[in-house]
Amino acid sequence: MALDFLLLMKQELLITVIIFTLLLLKIGSDLSNAAVLNVANGLLLLNLLAGTVGNQTGALFNGMFFTSPLIVLEKNILSLGTLIVSLQSSSWLKKHEHVPEFYILLLCTLLGMYFMISAGNLLMFYVGLELSSIPLAAMANFDLAKRRSSEAAMKFILSSAFASGLLLFGISLVYGATGTLTFSEISSRLDGAPLQVFAFVLLLAGFAFKISIVPFHLWTADVYEGAPVAVTSWLSVISKGSVLFVFVSVLYTVFKPLAGAWYNMLFVLSMVTILIGNLFAIRQNNIKRFLAFSSIAQIGFILVGITGSSQPGTASVVYFVLIYVFSNLAAFGVVALVSSVTGREQVSDYKGFYKTNPVLSWVLTIALFSLAGVPPTAGFFGKFFLLMSGAGKGNYVLITVAALNMIISFYYYLRIVKAVFMDANEQPIERLAIPVYPKLAMFICVAGIIVTGLAGYVYDYIYSLSFGF
Amino acid sequence: MSLSLLIILPLITAVALLLCNGLKPVRVVALTGAVVQLLYSFYVLLMYHNQRVFDGTPMLLQENHVWFAPLNIHYHVGVDGISMAMIMLTAFVTVAGILVSWKIEKLSKEFFFLLTLLSMGAYGFFISLDLFTLFFFLEIAVIPKFLLIGIWGSGRKEYSAMKLALMLMGGSALVFVGLAGLYFSTQTAGGEHTFNMLQIAQLRIPPETQLIFFPFAFVGFGIFTALFPFHTWVPDGHSSAPTAASMFLAGISMKLGGYGCLRVATLLMPDAAHAYSWIIILLATVAIIYGAFATMMQTDLKYINAYSSISHCGFVLLGIGMMTQTAIMGAVLQMVSHGLMTALFFAAIGMLYERTHTREVAQIGGLLKVMPFIATVFVIAGLCSLGLPGLSGFVAEVTVFMGSWENADVWYRLATILACASIVVTAVYILRAMGKVIMGPLQVEGASLQQAGALGDAGWNEKAAAGLLIIGIIAIGVAPFWLTELIKQ
Repeated sequence: MALDFLLLMKQELLITVIIFTLLLLKIGSDLSNAAVLNVANGLLLLNLLAGTVGNQTGALFNGMFFTSPLIVLEKNILSLGTLIVSLQSSSWLKKHEHVPEFYILLLCTLLGMYFMISAGNLLMFYVGLELSSIPLAAMANFDLAKRRSSEAAMKFILSSAFASGLLLFGISLVYGATGTLTFSEISSRLDGAPLQVFAFVLLLAGFAFKISIVPFHLWTADVYEGAPVAVTSWLSVISKGSVLFVFVSVLYTVFKPLAGAWYNMLFVLSMVTILIGNLFAIRQNNIKRFLAFSSIAQIGFILVGITGSSQPGTASVVYFVLIYVFSNLAAFGVVALVSSVTGREQVSDYKGFYKTNPVLSWVLTIALFSLAGVPPTAGFFGKFFLLMSGAGKGNYVLITVAALNMIISFYYYLRIVKAVFMDANEQPIERLAIPVYPKLAMFICVAGIIVTGLAGYVYDYIYSLSFGF
Repeated sequence: MSLSLLIILPLITAVALLLCNGLKPVRVVALTGAVVQLLYSFYVLLMYHNQRVFDGTPMLLQENHVWFAPLNIHYHVGVDGISMAMIMLTAFVTVAGILVSWKIEKLSKEFFFLLTLLSMGAYGFFISLDLFTLFFFLEIAVIPKFLLIGIWGSGRKEYSAMKLALMLMGGSALVFVGLAGLYFSTQTAGGEHTFNMLQIAQLRIPPETQLIFFPFAFVGFGIFTALFPFHTWVPDGHSSAPTAASMFLAGISMKLGGYGCLRVATLLMPDAAHAYSWIIILLATVAIIYGAFATMMQTDLKYINAYSSISHCGFVLLGIGMMTQTAIMGAVLQMVSHGLMTALFFAAIGMLYERTHTREVAQIGGLLKVMPFIATVFVIAGLCSLGLPGLSGFVAEVTVFMGSWENADVWYRLATILACASIVVTAVYILRAMGKVIMGPLQVEGASLQQAGALGDAGWNEKAAAGLLIIGIIAIGVAPFWLTELIKQ
């Protein structure tokens, strides 16, 4: 029993240990920022490696906590993303006076996500979700002197409190309708009664807030713009990814009996989300806001994948999140570097970027191509499988709308590429030196973008794991 | 020695280019890669010939590896006569394009890298037997064009690049819907869906499904090959592109669409193709006539060739729409012929422009006196375009007309007659432009007579590029049986 406990929860336990190590470091020593960064990155790497060995399937605490190879993979994707974010933000953190605190907050949210993904019970899920969102508000405010940063934190905490309220209401209704909070029992007691559908709608709204599905997306752009780049990238990739993982498993397992109801909801929501996200992304001049809206559109494409049947749906969503980690973080890596050195974040600042920074330009371009879904980058495969998963249900209206929306998204990604390669600029961003950690992060991202797609093995592996559902 | 080498060789060249430093190594690597590729294409042609004698299967030199098992997606390549012809076309145009851009100095490494990538997309597209692989390579061939036009182009280059990229993306989005529809309406013996073209062709998709998804696939590919009314990217894209990119665009890239229309839309969904053939023929005839008359109004040499490309690609679609054996043969001939001819035309225009710095017909004249070689190339390209016997254009167009005439329907014959009549218009604009630019008194806007007289003729690279394409044109024109033998199924 004790050994089981240690093995099944090893990632959660390890993160807890890391949090306390960093806390002790903060209190008991006066290491320089650079040293703290080295230690933190080392520990995150250790965490990532630990996720790859000794994995088992099993449940703990009467089914409260559940783990399977797919869940471990999802956690590993999040760990990888965390490591990349940490590497990328090193040039920003180096100048900051609260480095250990940043990592403590970051890892608390990660711990919350782990618990959320492993949850086998709605209460456990809720606790995990809160643990993963409250520290994020503090992180959004991490540029302590900046007003916008505080504003972003305030907006984030308010909207996420609202979303939590909706979720709790939904959970309580589920309990009222079925008399249980355990996932496995809920699904057997659902029969499509109106109260259950209403409870589901509230839960869906709570999820929609977290992953910013239109019309619950209004907080996204402001928070993204105000928060420090490291936090923005964390929010847009890791935070959303974790909620998506849970969303998929909850839809396909817990609410399977209500599939008829949620299919139609997702059908409408996905089309609206893609369209609104795309149309707003066209008009953005701040590159962080731009990435915020483009990420809303990406969520719309993910919803198209979710409308498919469970195995291809799960596989394509997990696969796409993995690709999204690489592509979006590569883009954010460049933005973070430019922003931390020059403080410039407008799209027009990137005009003539290629003349001064060819390497960074190519990284940004490859990342944007991957987000746009251009082969041979992984984004092409990710989007293809998402749409194929949706097409499996035979709903070609949805697929046609989504495919045609690719053109709009293509336009605004190319707009950045055009600025980088073709436009002239009086004052281009000066030539930037790329420090070791960000360079390593970019290398991981670009390698991921290229390999994840072309190597068919990755998708096969995820698909085979998704069979358990 | 395998077919995949056709993709791997450009890939190696592209990577090698990234590692190069300095103008000279970049040029040499790019040219070497293209020439090796050309030689290898000849070798593949030889292999194809040798195997075809003993073996009756339609697709030869097949390679089949599982790529994404859950979706039954394979990396599956193979060639038949049509793809072989397109591969040879691509190889010729690639070498010529690289020779013509020898003098590019602005970001030369990136330029040749993108050109090589573009050619890789085309090779991959032409040898794919799996619809996923085909779609993958189709999209690979889009992005380099955006960068090539936007960075190295002239005129309203950003606008044209964006227009081209978005329209072609729109095309591939439609193609995607068509392919997804095809995929889910197949059911192999093992109960799986399949992207395999050979299997789909044998399965016979239900006609009602074909009627839904044929328009998606055909229009999607049609956008690539300037299907009316989706041709608007062609004039802007071609005229803004740098010379080599124009050659690639008109010579290879538009052929991706024609090939897709034929191989994917028409051959995999024949019932729908029959049902819709009158629409295809209507649109093709409109494109042929509209393109020809629109060309008459152009004053810029590149616009002349771009609009005439719309007209000429209309013949390809006309041949496909007629659905007879001969007409389809004519369509393929026209693709190859137009690819070579238009690449030669754009090369000649590029050479002229490099020296005179203008492409306006009114501003130049009498160039035969100062640059005889380029002027001759110009004449050959023009004559091929208007269908002079002995050159490839004649062979292709006559085959299309003969094939079209086999359809006894009155309206189809009317379309054929109208298409035939457009040749007169072609002759008008070609001869008029040639007469003004080549003959008459020497004139170059912005230069004195003396300066104009000192303009040089073609360099070795330009001569080699033009020579290569002219050899192709004359070979097809004089001895078309080589090509028809190859294509014939």
